[in-house]
Amino acid sequence: MQYRTETKKTKGLGTAKHGFSHWWMQRLSAVLMLPLGLWFIYSLMTMETISADTIIMWLHNPIQALLMALWAITIVYHGALGLQVIVEDYVHAKGKALILLTLIKFAMLIMVLAVIFSLIKLAS
Amino acid sequence: MAEFSLPKNSKITKGKYIKAEGATNVRKLKVYRWDPETGDNPRTDTYEIDMDNCGPMVLDALNKVKNEIDTTLTYRRSCREGICGSCAMNIDGTNTLACTKSMKDCKDTVAIYPLPHMDVIKDLVPDLSHFYSQYASVQPWIQTDSVPLPDTERLQSIEDREKLDGLYECILCACCQTSCPSYWWNGDRYLGPAVLLQSYRFLADSRDEYTGERLEDLEDPFKVFRCHTIMSCTNTCPKGLNPGKAIAEIKKLITERHAL
Repeated sequence: MQYRTETKKTKGLGTAKHGFSHWWMQRLSAVLMLPLGLWFIYSLMTMETISADTIIMWLHNPIQALLMALWAITIVYHGALGLQVIVEDYVHAKGKALILLTLIKFAMLIMVLAVIFSLIKLAS
Repeated sequence: MAEFSLPKNSKITKGKYIKAEGATNVRKLKVYRWDPETGDNPRTDTYEIDMDNCGPMVLDALNKVKNEIDTTLTYRRSCREGICGSCAMNIDGTNTLACTKSMKDCKDTVAIYPLPHMDVIKDLVPDLSHFYSQYASVQPWIQTDSVPLPDTERLQSIEDREKLDGLYECILCACCQTSCPSYWWNGDRYLGPAVLLQSYRFLADSRDEYTGERLEDLEDPFKVFRCHTIMSCTNTCPKGLNPGKAIAEIKKLITERHAL
């Protein structure tokens, strides 16, 4: 038996006074993915053949490489924000949630670095 | 993690079937029953209702069961006209008020359960104390710093008053609150659609001077931002209100406060 009033439970640890930026960035990244996704599909469709060589040639164009970096990083970032929501929604054990949220952030960082590194390598 | 099956002592068993002798126009009520004093699992009892001797609403049928068939059936009811919010329950899979839901709009066998994902006190009576405490936490009253002259009122234009339409009608029946999956999973911290609609009712009030303080207190990953615009709240509201829109308006105000 725990003697706690409902008010105590409701007030909990108080308001975090943040949460807006996560929600806002999720929306902004979603909006950004729309034109970039169309650009990516259009680029693939207008390519004569889709092979490693043509894609590397295509990425030699700095504007295409920049858009590619933007698109890939936005996907990873948006994905990480989404996974964070899933963990916050469904994982109620604090320890598990902390591990998962940390892994998501690390995975996002590694994937962003991988995108940048591969593009520099392919486009140079 | 999320639990996908009910714990052993919550599994619903099949209960009694009570026939309506000599009735020709028969409808059936399948009602969730749970008695905290017996320690038995919950069960569903089925009652045949003689519709020739019963009022038109689901609440009338429940009253008939309580008065004539099984006096142990427990549920909340009061006004019988959709203004008190006491008889909120899950009827045919949708949260609504038993008193404004017509038997004609239900399936042949009307399935009646308590509001979902709440602790059950008995039969169709859910424990709403946390919901009420969350309601109190948003301080649902007008707050001001300015002091008007003693013989004047706080004036509000007709246009500003109209901004409260669709908000002030909420009767706090908790139908939307308990239909929201986000509230099911995180009801301890997420304020839920009904409480957020009530909170917005004071954010939208031109006479309230505590908009900033209110928004400050609301901004939290759990208090507001657990809302993923699933819109079950708006679908289920027996008063035809739109809590989903009210929450979106709160998010817009928070956005304005930060970014614009």
